[in-house]
Amino acid sequence: MKLWNLLIIGAGPAGLNAAIAAAEEGLKVKVIDEFTKVGGRLLGQLHQESKDNWWNGIEVANRLHEQAVHLGVKIECGVSVYDLEQAEFGWKAYTSQGMEKTDKLLLATGATEVPTPIPGWTIPGVMSIGAAQVMGNVHRVKPGNTCVIIGANVLSIAIANELKLCGVNVKEIIIPQANANLSDNGTPEKVMESFMRLTHMAPTILLRQAGKFATFIHPSFAVKFYPKNGIKLFDIPIKIKTAATEILGESKVTGVKTVNVRPNGEIIPNTEKITKADFVCIAGGLAPLSELAALSGCVFKYVRELGGHVPIHSERMETNVENLFVAGNITGVENAKIAMAQGTVAGLTIASEINGNKLQMESLIEKAVAAVRKERDEALIQFQPNIAEARDLIYQEFELEDRNMERPKRSIS
Amino acid sequence: MTMRVDNHPVLGKQTDRKQVTIYFNGKPYEAYEGDTVASAMLAQGIYALRQHEVSGKERGIYCNIGHCYECRVKLEKRKVVRACITPIYNGMEIGSLTGFDERGE
Ligand SMILES: Cc1cc2nc3c(=O)[nH]c(=O)nc-3n(C[C@H](O)[C@H](O)[C@H](O)COP(=O)(O)OP(=O)(O)OC[C@H]3O[C@@H](n4cnc5c(N)ncnc54)[C@H](O)[C@@H]3O)c2cc1C
Ligand code: FES
Repeated sequence: MKLWNLLIIGAGPAGLNAAIAAAEEGLKVKVIDEFTKVGGRLLGQLHQESKDNWWNGIEVANRLHEQAVHLGVKIECGVSVYDLEQAEFGWKAYTSQGMEKTDKLLLATGATEVPTPIPGWTIPGVMSIGAAQVMGNVHRVKPGNTCVIIGANVLSIAIANELKLCGVNVKEIIIPQANANLSDNGTPEKVMESFMRLTHMAPTILLRQAGKFATFIHPSFAVKFYPKNGIKLFDIPIKIKTAATEILGESKVTGVKTVNVRPNGEIIPNTEKITKADFVCIAGGLAPLSELAALSGCVFKYVRELGGHVPIHSERMETNVENLFVAGNITGVENAKIAMAQGTVAGLTIASEINGNKLQMESLIEKAVAAVRKERDEALIQFQPNIAEARDLIYQEFELEDRNMERPKRSIS
Repeated sequence: MTMRVDNHPVLGKQTDRKQVTIYFNGKPYEAYEGDTVASAMLAQGIYALRQHEVSGKERGIYCNIGHCYECRVKLEKRKVVRACITPIYNGMEIGSLTGFDERGE
C-alpha cells in the first residue's frame, strides 16, 4: 500500500488549498471526502459581494479542484473516515474503503450545524438551513415553494436570500421559543445583541443599521424599538420578536405555530398564530466538526468566539500531537476565504517538515500566515465577534502546551 | 418536475442532464445523473424516507451533508446508507427502513 506524504480529510476550501500548497512543494498528497462532490461547504455558497460581483462557491470549488488535480493530487469522494491511529511512520486512517497510510495527517473537516430541537422538528420537511442551501444551490432542487426559517443569524439571513433566488417564498425569519438550552437564540435581546456586535462590515442593510446603532445605544433599547412585524431584508421579514413554539404536520410539515415575545423571551399571551409553509428550516448556528481530532488525542478548548470546542493549534496549523495538523473551520467557524488561507499555511508547514527545509520556507510561511490575518480583517461575513483575539489566545495556549511537553508529544502505541 | 431549479438567476441554466430511473419502495421515479438519493426523492415531492424504529413516525433528511444520519435508507436490500451523500444510478433500488412493529420484531 502507498504511503502518502500527506493525507487530508476534507475536500473543502481548507483541504484543497493545503493540497495545492503541499503538492507544489513536491509532496505526494491524497484528499478524502465523504460528500459526492469536491468543494465542501463552498459548494452551497452564493453571496453578492458588490454590485456586480458574486462569491460563487461552485466556481471557486471547481477552480481549486482542477488546480489540485493538475498538480497530481489524488482526490477521492464518497469515502468516510471513521478512525485514526498513530503509527511509527505517521498515521493510519480507517475509511469506508479500507485503510490509508501517511506521514502527515491534516484534518480539514469543517463545521457542522448546531441543532435546535423544537416540538415537531423531526417531521419530514423540517431541515437545517444548510440542508436547504445545498438542495437549492448544489442539487438545484427546491425543498418546497413556501418556507419559514427558525433562527435569526448571519447564515440564515444569507441563505434566505439564496432560497429566494431559487424561487422559494420565504415567509419569515423568526426565532425559536426560549428555553433553558438555547436561551441566546430564543431571546430577542440576545439576538439583537449578536446582530449588533457582528456587523461592522456585514453586507446587509439590517446588519449595517444595527452596527451603527451599536455605537451609541444598548441592545435592550434597540430591541424595544424593533418593529413587531420585523424589518425586511431582501424583502423577507426578519421578526426577532416572534418565536416558534411548535412545528405542525404529520407525515409532512404544514406550518409553524408562533407567539409574540418580550425582549427577554417571555411569551405575550393571546398572540398565537399559525404560518403555513411547505418546509421549515432550523438555523441553530455553526460549530467546528472535530470528532476526528478528539479521536487522535488533541487537547481541546471551548472558545465561544470560534463556535465551540477546538483542538489547540499553532498559527502554523500544528496540533500538540505529532504529525497531526488542522486547518479551516475545524479550528473555528469563519468564512471560506479564511479557510483557504489557513489551508495554504498548513500545506506549506507540512511541506517544510517533509522536505526538511524549514529555513528556506520561513518567509513563504510567514507570508501565508499574514494572508490569513488579512482575510480575517477584511471578512464580509463573520459568524462571531472578536475572533482575532480569541485565536491569539489559542496560539498562546499552544505555546504553553508545547513547552510543557518536553516528553515526546504522544507515545506511539 | 416542478421542484427542479433549472433556471437560476445567478447560477444559470441547467440543461442536458441525463435522466435515469430509480426505484423507491418498489416504485419507479425519474432522477438526474448527479442527484443524491435525497435530492432525487425531494425533487419528486417525497419528504419521508424512513420510519422511526420505535414510534413508526416518518422521517426525512435533516442536515443533507452526512452529519446527522436521519436519512438512512436501505440500498439494494443489503446495505444501509445515508440518502444525502449517496449518488444515484440507473436502476438503483432504495427502500425505507420501517418501524419495529411493521417488521414484526
Ligand atoms: C451547512 C453550512 C453552511 C455554510 N454556509 C456558509 C456560507 O453560506 N457562507 C460562508 O462564508 N460560510 C458558510 N459556512 C461556513 C463554512 O464552514 C466555511 O465557509 C468553509 O466552507 C469551511 O471550509 P473547510 O474547508 O474548513 O470545511 P468544509 O467546507 O466544511 O469542508 C469539509 C469537508 O470535510 C468532509 N468531511 C468531514 N468529516 C469527514 C469524514 N469523517 N470523512 C470524510 N470526509 C469528511 C466534508 O464532507 C466536507 O466536504 C457554512 C457551513 C456549514 C456547515
Ligand atoms: S440528512 Fe443528515 S446525514 Fe443525511
